[in-house]
Amino acid sequence: MDMVLDLVARTGRATLSLIRSAGALALFALAGLSHIMRPPFYGRVFIRTFMETGFFSLPVVALTALFSGGVIALQSYTGFAQYHAQSAIAGIVVLAVTRELGPVLAGLMVAGRVGAAMAAQIGTMRVTDQIDALSTLSTNPMKYLVAPRLLAGMIALPLLVLVADVLGVAGGFTVAVVKLGFSPTAYITATMNSVKVMDVTVGLVKAALFGFLIALMGCYYGYNSKGGAEGVGSATTSAVVVASILLLAFDYLITDLFFSQ
Amino acid sequence: MDQSMTSAPPKIRIRDLHKSFGDKKVLDGISLDVPKGTSFVIIGGSGSGKSVLLRCILGLMTPDSGSIEIDGEDVLAASARRRDQLRSEIGMLFQNGALFDSLPVWENVTFGLLALNKLTRTTARAKAGAILEQVGLAPSVGDLFPSELSGGMQKRVGLARAIAAQPNILFFDEPTTGLDPIMGAVIDGLIVDCVKKLGSTAIAITHDMASAQRIGDEAAMLYKGRLVWQGAAASLMHSGNDYVDQFTHGRREGPITMELRR
Repeated sequence: MDMVLDLVARTGRATLSLIRSAGALALFALAGLSHIMRPPFYGRVFIRTFMETGFFSLPVVALTALFSGGVIALQSYTGFAQYHAQSAIAGIVVLAVTRELGPVLAGLMVAGRVGAAMAAQIGTMRVTDQIDALSTLSTNPMKYLVAPRLLAGMIALPLLVLVADVLGVAGGFTVAVVKLGFSPTAYITATMNSVKVMDVTVGLVKAALFGFLIALMGCYYGYNSKGGAEGVGSATTSAVVVASILLLAFDYLITDLFFSQ
Repeated sequence: MDQSMTSAPPKIRIRDLHKSFGDKKVLDGISLDVPKGTSFVIIGGSGSGKSVLLRCILGLMTPDSGSIEIDGEDVLAASARRRDQLRSEIGMLFQNGALFDSLPVWENVTFGLLALNKLTRTTARAKAGAILEQVGLAPSVGDLFPSELSGGMQKRVGLARAIAAQPNILFFDEPTTGLDPIMGAVIDGLIVDCVKKLGSTAIAITHDMASAQRIGDEAAMLYKGRLVWQGAAASLMHSGNDYVDQFTHGRREGPITMELRR
């Protein structure tokens, strides 16, 4: 009997704490978003974060997209050649890249790179009293630290994904033409015939949401970290892990919403 | 100095302040008056609630109950905007400096002024040099980053940042911790100079007795969230109070017991 009660109590506590965390996160997100709209605006912080998120993530996102596009071409060729359906490869590559791989892979890369850095930076500022110092210097830390990062994430990630889309298709094109003997013009024509504006647009909407989630998790876990180096370490881990999981979950939801019929 | 100054209202008046974290009472009914222009030192061991008291006055933490008045105005009842205003009149030197490590020293020093739009970025660099000179640093230090400075220099920059907006209240959180005794004395001297020059009211929390006597006019001792003694800072070493005596002389036996497990 005791064991059953204990189990119920534990489940209840865990559920309550989950709801509490979700509520705290939602309030944090709303506060951050509302500060994006209201002055003062910290343009320098925004530009620095934007460069860090967007520009300096270009190499890693570009390479990821290039190789993934190539792999898709290669793999689908092995499968489709059995049914003499090789001509579908261009379409497979462009749809996979613009709808899914571009946003998801770029998102995961940026979560590892930028989300972790945000959590570590803000977390260190928290444990060394720098966030309190901001408050004593007439500066709202949510406005100064969080709002520019959320905005930078939401703008930078779609731009990165646009680059990833182009390079992913280029990766598929290269493999198809150089290794599988496709004609370049036929491949490009097939690509253009398969892709619709909608595919790219939804991919970019996903990217904006992912950018927001990544920055939100980095800021939230950093902002609430405590307990010195270890606290900052676990904040960084949580920021990356939770951002990655949420990103994949929301990816499914959006795909289901737009492409499932 | 007489504690019950009835003629002028105190700069800071605290009544029956309570704050708990879980079931641990950190502030347990603190009442305190800090007269205008006084340097008030609060001593007490680690975990006695000194930092929490400062954070409550600054508005970085909200107490569970009690009142805090600055110039007769109830801080806790004030609107968020008014609290921001009140806070901008308080300068704070944090224990480990809390300098912004992503910004050069000059931007650290003028951060509050820039935030209040009292300066443009073009004039801020020169202004920072002038403020740095007040704390005994060369203006060229402004181009360095906090990580390039020694502990003593970081404290000076922290002090420069705290006094930059010429606040009428200054808080010092363990200003000499982590410094050698000579550098500690130098920083204390700077603090006294700055407080005098600005005519500010100051509260310093410390467990460094030499520092407490150099900085303070008045002193109080905090133990387990309560004020156990209040009097002139000069009388700290011979207060006649058992708690203060044990603390100032660093005795192991006395009314203060170390709780090693919590």
